[in-house]
Amino acid sequence: MSGNGYLFAAYAVTWIIHIAYLGTIVRRYSRLQREIEELKKPGVKS
Amino acid sequence: MKKAFPILGVLTAVLLIYALYMALVWAPTEKTMGNVQRIFYYHVPSAWTAFILFFVNFVASVLYLIKRKPAADIVALVSAEVGVVFCTVVLVTGPIWARPVWGIWWTWDMRLTSTLVLWLIYVSYLFLRRFSSSGQTPTLAAALAVLGALCVPFVYFSIWFFRTQHPQPVMGGGGSIDPRMLHVLLINWLAFSCFAFLVCWSRYRLEKLQRDVDHAHALASLLDPRGSGR
Repeated sequence: MSGNGYLFAAYAVTWIIHIAYLGTIVRRYSRLQREIEELKKPGVKS
Repeated sequence: MKKAFPILGVLTAVLLIYALYMALVWAPTEKTMGNVQRIFYYHVPSAWTAFILFFVNFVASVLYLIKRKPAADIVALVSAEVGVVFCTVVLVTGPIWARPVWGIWWTWDMRLTSTLVLWLIYVSYLFLRRFSSSGQTPTLAAALAVLGALCVPFVYFSIWFFRTQHPQPVMGGGGSIDPRMLHVLLINWLAFSCFAFLVCWSRYRLEKLQRDVDHAHALASLLDPRGSGR
């Protein structure tokens, strides 16, 4: 791999790690929204 | 506060793009390493950001141990989680730089090994938070975080204490750096710090919401033990 290849790999992997982590936050938030909807359903007291 | 988040998000995105342009185009090419040296503009700011987040985790953990405020516990959890993400970037980009420059991906040098140990300590912290259901978990995690924080100065100063293959620090290490390179480095650090702050903010809101929902589930179970609880 050339110097540019290593540079591209390092920058790409940095953003893959950050985007993957942001993806987990979005997924957890969506799951939480579903739980909140469940709690709001009639018959569920909170 | 709700309006501030998207505005800061856009500003951070612009800053990150500008920092990327500065790192790839504006910064001068290093004479011996060539373009591979530009990895430094992501590797070093990620390390500094991780150290700051672990320091925040330490302060929040001490506050939690003293005052037992849930907000301090949430800040500790969030800063450790985001700190681990940045530390992962450091541990991945370092070997990608080392392969063409040193000829090897990894060596059991003191700086590299201590960074790996630091990462493992905070991953253990997150595992403890994730898989322990004891009421004592926040206290145990805070105690672990205080001990883990002792590793941060050791990692940083390991270059002075031991003979290592790792390059000397950019600031305070006695070496010199081209002012343009330092400028690009600081812009990238600012961009990654803003990004880390926004991620921590959204993660804090998520964690707080999660705890409110868990509390609501617990209340629902008490009111209607047969049907509504989880």
